[in-house]
Amino acid sequence: MDRGEFAIKLLSPAAFVVGMFAIWELVCVLFSLPLTILPAPSEVFGALWQYRDPIASNSVVTLWTTLLGFLIATVFGLLLGIGVGWHRAIYAGIYPVLVGFNSVPKVAVVPVLILWFGIGEIPAVLTAFLISFFPIVVNVATGLATTEPELEDVLRALGASKLDIMKKVGIPRSLPYFFGSLKVAITLAFVGAVVSETVGSNRGIGKLMLDAQAAFQVPIVFAGLLVLAVLGIALYAITALVERRFTRWAFRGQNAH
Amino acid sequence: MAYGRGAAALKAIEGVSLEIAKGEFIAVVGPSGCGKSSLMKLISGLHPPASGALTVEGRPVSGPLRSVGMAFQNSNLLPWRTAVQNVLLPLEIVEPHRSRIGRERAQYRDKALRLLESVGLAGFTDKHPWELSGGMQQRTSICRALVHEPDILMLDEPFGALDAFTREELWCTLRDIQAERKVTVMLVTHDLREAVFLSDTVYVMSQRPGRILKRCEVGLARPRDLEVTYTQPFQDIVHELRSLIGGRH
Repeated sequence: MDRGEFAIKLLSPAAFVVGMFAIWELVCVLFSLPLTILPAPSEVFGALWQYRDPIASNSVVTLWTTLLGFLIATVFGLLLGIGVGWHRAIYAGIYPVLVGFNSVPKVAVVPVLILWFGIGEIPAVLTAFLISFFPIVVNVATGLATTEPELEDVLRALGASKLDIMKKVGIPRSLPYFFGSLKVAITLAFVGAVVSETVGSNRGIGKLMLDAQAAFQVPIVFAGLLVLAVLGIALYAITALVERRFTRWAFRGQNAH
Repeated sequence: MAYGRGAAALKAIEGVSLEIAKGEFIAVVGPSGCGKSSLMKLISGLHPPASGALTVEGRPVSGPLRSVGMAFQNSNLLPWRTAVQNVLLPLEIVEPHRSRIGRERAQYRDKALRLLESVGLAGFTDKHPWELSGGMQQRTSICRALVHEPDILMLDEPFGALDAFTREELWCTLRDIQAERKVTVMLVTHDLREAVFLSDTVYVMSQRPGRILKRCEVGLARPRDLEVTYTQPFQDIVHELRSLIGGRH
């Protein structure tokens, strides 16, 4: 990384974050906003430090429910995506069902899950899974369905079976779509886990924020939001890294060669 | 051969009858949309004929022929594979290589490397497609079509997307390959000079539904040098073919 790129990739986002907090702090001081409406960043960071233990332990819960839900979504989404992309008839048949399923707000499903599995981590894991598998399925299926027909002809003329074409072309070709969808899915899984915790749970950042809100501990609520944002960025960054590692050929335009 | 069903069916080609001898180089030319590519799919066994018969080496064609190698205008290389890995792809599918390639990977790789070297790609064998120029990609694509030693090579406007100089270079490459391997080649093109320079017989097709308007034997002696394209007999053949295809001038 040369100096110019370093400035753009690291310094520029850092400057934006610092600037955002500075403006936020300034607004709170200038208009002397009450703590219960909008606490200043200094207050939020104070709360973050003061309650670091419960925040940390609850973050761990949110993190593992998210990751477990995401993992199930990845495996299930990949398999279903290959199934859906296998044949146009399956694609056409299952697609409306999937879209309908995806349109149901997951927050409405959480009560049902709690009814079935009780209050705890299972509804959070399942919500994370339910909300995040859709983009994976759609992307994998699209990647498979858009294989160049001429390339298929080349292979079919050699006597390749459908499975051969999938293995040699379809699946490798849809990997960038798959990894691209993981970036979307991880963020969604995180949203799903927190939503579920907020509706009904004993532990997790969502539950912590709900309790803090009930007690008018607004700085803790904001500290929770901050933690969520940081975790979200971290999860996204890790997935993006994995994506680049496994599908380097698809990023050729961005790498100097 | 028709696309679609019933009254709305679109006949792509009709009443086409042609016979290709083993080791012959034929070219099919015609206006765009005349069914040249359909004819190719028909012969390769990818599309069964709606009516009529198709035999290769005396046997009727019922499904995809394994003894065919194909290359298209778009090189269709797999971007995640290097040039040599792309060339090896057919061997991973066609028997008997398919069951052998696991054990004899090194020998097969050598064979692919030699093939790439023979078309002037030594030193580029481990490059990915996007690191190759258009001409190099097309050479790789032709190597991929040849690696399993097919009896028939089908080329659908393989040089259509290349600049004029690269195209002429590749004509010579293809000419040498065909001379050396005695492979039967069917070249679909709308470049008349290309058709006349390379082939033994040129078939001219009409507007849709495609019929064969004329079978033209190119009497030019082989081996042909690029210089031949500037001679009078060559120009005469091209001119005659051009007048058959018509269109507005």
